[in-house]
Amino acid sequence: MNWKRMQVLLPFVGVIVLLAIWSFATWMRVVDPVLLPSPIATFKAMWAGMFHGKLGIDFVKTVERTIYSTIIAALIAIPLGILLGSSEKLYRSVEFLIDFFRSTPASAMFPLFLVLFGVGDRTKISVAAFGAALVILFNVAYGVMNARKTRILAARVMGASRVRVLWDVMLLESLPQTFVGLRNGVSLALVIVVVAEMFIGSVDGLGQRVFEAQQMFDMPAMYAAIFAAGALGYGLNLLFLTIERRFVHWSGK
Amino acid sequence: MQAAAAMPLSENARAAATRTAPHVTIRGLSKRFSDATIYDNFDFDIPRGKLMSVFGPNGCGKSTLINMIAGLFPMDSGEILFDGQPLNKIKFGYVFQNYREAMFPWLRAFDNVAYPLKVMGVPKAERTARVERIVANLNVKIDLNLYPYQMSGGQQQLVSIMRALVVDPEILFLDEPFSALDYEMTLFMREQLQRVFVETNTTTVLVSHDLEEAVYLSDRILLLSRHPARPVEFVHYDAPRPRTDKTMTEAEFINIKAHCLEIFQREVRKG
Repeated sequence: MNWKRMQVLLPFVGVIVLLAIWSFATWMRVVDPVLLPSPIATFKAMWAGMFHGKLGIDFVKTVERTIYSTIIAALIAIPLGILLGSSEKLYRSVEFLIDFFRSTPASAMFPLFLVLFGVGDRTKISVAAFGAALVILFNVAYGVMNARKTRILAARVMGASRVRVLWDVMLLESLPQTFVGLRNGVSLALVIVVVAEMFIGSVDGLGQRVFEAQQMFDMPAMYAAIFAAGALGYGLNLLFLTIERRFVHWSGK
Repeated sequence: MQAAAAMPLSENARAAATRTAPHVTIRGLSKRFSDATIYDNFDFDIPRGKLMSVFGPNGCGKSTLINMIAGLFPMDSGEILFDGQPLNKIKFGYVFQNYREAMFPWLRAFDNVAYPLKVMGVPKAERTARVERIVANLNVKIDLNLYPYQMSGGQQQLVSIMRALVVDPEILFLDEPFSALDYEMTLFMREQLQRVFVETNTTTVLVSHDLEEAVYLSDRILLLSRHPARPVEFVHYDAPRPRTDKTMTEAEFINIKAHCLEIFQREVRKG
């Protein structure tokens, strides 16, 4: 019984092992201490940065941009995905375009969006929204197209109209796949936002923080910013998983 | 009402006619799939207020038949009328073999049963009342606040039978409703279906791949040939209800079952 209780702690084993190796490496000076600060120095820098310094502000900025771009992407991609998915012919006719731009690295679009929107938040958010939208669109459309045929027939046999079948059945059938799209979309949006913050004349954001710390050779601050970005990515994924479990309770059952 | 006004028959004559007239008339039904002709100019009358089973060799088009009658598949040609009316003028219920995919997992069982009423535009209070009435009539002891995936297979299929019955259908179709259930549940569900039939006397068309089940439950057994399917024989079995395990040991049951089996095997060999 005690063993069962201990199993809850399993996920921490890897973390502790990593911290131990890291501490050992810095203590033994296996790596130049300028390149690899100790875990304690790093977490001190993270704590100070998050609560007393600029890192906290940058963190919030990146969260804002990622969330805005995901919301914009979802608002465009979900209705469009339902529309395209409800007619397989319609989807097939634009499938190549979706797959093509989905495969285009969004970072390659930066110069284009810079010309369109100038240097500022609008560019970062719109590039990220563009990338996320295609991922969400693709998933929603497939979710609608793969709606169980029996369930649609069941609704039709009960006299449901086409619009009602779309609304009551296909839309709900596509929800699990839509959430897959949203999770992938928000991850991609975060990647694009962080990259955009690094390179397009940015003054804030986690990407800019990582980049600036590297330029100033402030390694603890750089690691702190990297961990903050990691925590953000993990947290966003967890948030969407929680929402999914709450609203799509039937997923996978 | 309008039909009554148009018909030059006395009340009594009309009542007598509706008592004995077939419920469903199938005329000139034809259906081709790419590799085979399943139905070619098929005619058949489905009797009113009887439980009828459709039985025949594999691939002869048992399910296809009720799917076309219920409008799930289009027919190539022919006419199917319900008391002279087309399908979209009547209320009917349909129970799928695959209850897991026919239920809506995002709705609680109660709302699944109420869904066809919602489609018909019945107000919420009346929907609730009608679902509660059918639960009481069938003496169902399932927690309808559960979601379908929280229920056993038999409970889910019982919910989907209730969903088919809640609209007070004139006719009920069941496509191999028990074949995805284990044997214990199948026996239980046969009794449930028999009770539904005894209580409502709804014209029922059952597709079955189990001859014993077909004979046990039915008043009429339609035996089909290999495709293109034609009615080989329309067997009558009028043992009183409720039928029980004892019914299956009676000579009449055994004879009818043996007779059906003989015809079935003759048809299979012809293929």
